[in-house]
Amino acid sequence: MLVTKQQSDYAPPATEDPRMDEVARAVKRFGYQQDALIEVLHIAQRAFGYLDETLLTYIARQMKLPLGWVYGVASFYHFFSFEPPAEHNCVVCTGTACYVEGAQKILDLLEKEFGVKPGQVSADGRLSVTDFRCPGSCGQAPILVIDGELLGRETPESTIARIKQLLANDKQAKEVAP
Amino acid sequence: MNRSELFNMAQVEQERQAKLRFRILSCASTPCLSAGSQDVFNALQTAVTEHGLNAEVDVVASGCNGLCSHGPVVRIQTGDAPDDIYEFVTPEIARQIVARYADENGADVSEHLIPADAPFFAKQQRIVLGNSGRIDQEDIEGYIARGGYTALAHVLREMAPEQVCDAINQSGLRGRGGAGYPTGLKWQLVRKAPSNKKYVVVNCDEGDPGAYMDRTILESDPHRLLEGMAIAGYAVGADQGYIFVRGGYPGAEKRLNQLERVIRMAEKHGLLGGRVMDSNFSFRIDIRLGAGAFVCGEETALMLSIMGKRAQPVPRPPYPAQRGLWGAPTLLNNVETFANIVPIILNGADWYANIGTEKSKGTKVFALAGKVVNGGLIEVPMGMTLREIIYDIGGGIRDGHEFKAAQTGGPSGGCIPAQHLDSPVDYESMKALGSIMGSGGLIVLDDTSCMVDVARFFMEFCVDESCGKCVPCRVGTMQMLRQLEKICNGSATMQDLEILEELCEMVRETSLCGLGQSAPNPVLSTLRHFRDEYEAHILERRCPAGVCKMDQVPVMELAEELPRRMRSASGQKEVA
Ligand SMILES: Cc1cc2nc3c(=O)[nH]c(=O)nc-3n(C[C@H](O)[C@H](O)[C@H](O)COP(=O)(O)O)c2cc1C
Repeated sequence: MLVTKQQSDYAPPATEDPRMDEVARAVKRFGYQQDALIEVLHIAQRAFGYLDETLLTYIARQMKLPLGWVYGVASFYHFFSFEPPAEHNCVVCTGTACYVEGAQKILDLLEKEFGVKPGQVSADGRLSVTDFRCPGSCGQAPILVIDGELLGRETPESTIARIKQLLANDKQAKEVAP
Repeated sequence: MNRSELFNMAQVEQERQAKLRFRILSCASTPCLSAGSQDVFNALQTAVTEHGLNAEVDVVASGCNGLCSHGPVVRIQTGDAPDDIYEFVTPEIARQIVARYADENGADVSEHLIPADAPFFAKQQRIVLGNSGRIDQEDIEGYIARGGYTALAHVLREMAPEQVCDAINQSGLRGRGGAGYPTGLKWQLVRKAPSNKKYVVVNCDEGDPGAYMDRTILESDPHRLLEGMAIAGYAVGADQGYIFVRGGYPGAEKRLNQLERVIRMAEKHGLLGGRVMDSNFSFRIDIRLGAGAFVCGEETALMLSIMGKRAQPVPRPPYPAQRGLWGAPTLLNNVETFANIVPIILNGADWYANIGTEKSKGTKVFALAGKVVNGGLIEVPMGMTLREIIYDIGGGIRDGHEFKAAQTGGPSGGCIPAQHLDSPVDYESMKALGSIMGSGGLIVLDDTSCMVDVARFFMEFCVDESCGKCVPCRVGTMQMLRQLEKICNGSATMQDLEILEELCEMVRETSLCGLGQSAPNPVLSTLRHFRDEYEAHILERRCPAGVCKMDQVPVMELAEELPRRMRSASGQKEVA
């Protein structure tokens, strides 16, 4: 693959960021192999939380791939995200077992309480709701993942209670901190 | 490590375990974790320390025991006695369990003990899951103590590659990824393909929502998979294997790091890598990550994803066995297929061919979920009836509801109604009923489920997951979804049903890959067995299960409907 001209138009990303070095090291570890693009994107998303244009450009240059190619691959897969994550994230499994056990009711109530649909972030940027198929925990359906913690046998009400608790804890922490 | 060192290691570990008073295996698989098994594990460890038993008792974070709906599950091994399995364990119960085994007069925990003859376990035949729940995945000694890597040792010393392929062929093993292609034939194809570079790939994408067999096998008994892959590599002449795992699910990072360590551990012991067990055979295994796309499970898309590209399927032939990764012949099988290899080699092809039915040999692992009492990971011989699976192993339907349908094969499969409960579960019978065996998702639906909505649910999935390359799938699934939505909201006419059936036919016949070709299956099978529900939605404007909102009317009737709505919105009484 050729490096397209446009790539050099982008300003080089800030290299002081140690997370960039992590990405660079990953590219190097894979021997600058272009096949390793998905692995590198995983590592980049892990480090930064999401993939923005600067980061994608950086990866494209490091791997000597056109930016369009890198973006094309990243946007194909559900897992890669181009938006900064919200403070808290609530993942609702919408796999078949959770569908049967009423995951939709959880999503409906989340929308009613916080005004967020799956894939959206609340207006204050504090809560995002995502749907996901499927963490593979069907015996305990319906399943939630709140901030990385896997929770089984949830109800719409318990979900709301948990999230309200989370948001309230933050508030308290903030009031104490300053 | 060579053969005698392997046997030596097995013996040392067996003797060590025999000297223990008892072993505690606390399930650390995903469903039990979501039920809080980490706290249980910590409580077990603390309790053992408090009783001063650290030297005499093992506390192990094990793989899946199967009864996921009753988690957290804890298994106790004492000498040669059958294992005791406890369900619904809390940290408090965990402490009592330790007290009980430390001292005969300890607390009574029998309420949580699953009876040894419980049909959930008694009716299963666990071959693929034989080690699952009995070992710690990172503990290579534990695997070797249970006979691990002896199949590989045997193959490398006693069998020619051709004989290995023949043995697999003779066993009658068929691919567990869904299509059921004879595994031995596939191996022979790759073996005969002329090339000095070949690959072995494990398909652990498992995008079917409601299935977690493959990931659990990978997590509960990874060495079994590695050993099966190495045997395959020897048989077909490959020196590189890839495990393709879908990344991005919760906890994936930790699991994958674990898997990486497991592979490196096997390499350190000379069971993988250069000159395996001092033979001339070398085999390296690497992990490749997917990033959450159902279509990655399709074999050509999967290989593109391994090569770092967009996973859009390409037409076959050429099949992967002819031209796969980087143009080289590639053997691609499902996780469960590979997990069957070791038992076949150890017990012989004839032993395996005796299990199951005429055309479907061996066992099948299912992720049993939905409205059953006992949900979890089960393994049954092929040919067992759905009734036995759902009522004996699954314990019947929960909360006094009635069975309505069993959904198999996920978005590529279909729904099997009550009148076919007595048909055997094998590749042919499932197909005859309009469903497929699939990779093993088995979701039980009761009378609270609307079958039209189920079809809509799966179509929504296919719309999300269509890769967009071919028009029939990209546009066709969307159109089918619209028709289904119309039926579910009450605005459909019988003409819409006709259009839906026509679309099914078109998408099935003209799509490029299996995703599109099978996308109409949930619609076709529900239409076949539950046509009355579709008609009730359209002709009577009601949802028999009371799931669909039915708050719209067909466009033709809007002229009448609108004034009525405006009147009722403005508070006027409706005039009859
Ligand atoms: C849309 C689609 C998704 C698939 N997903 C999977 C999957 O998740 N796991 C799997 O083993 N096979 C999956 N397959 C089947 C594979 O293409 C392939 O047939 C299989 O992995 C071959 O292995 P086997 O012969 O051991 O069954 C899928 C096929 C299609 C068309």
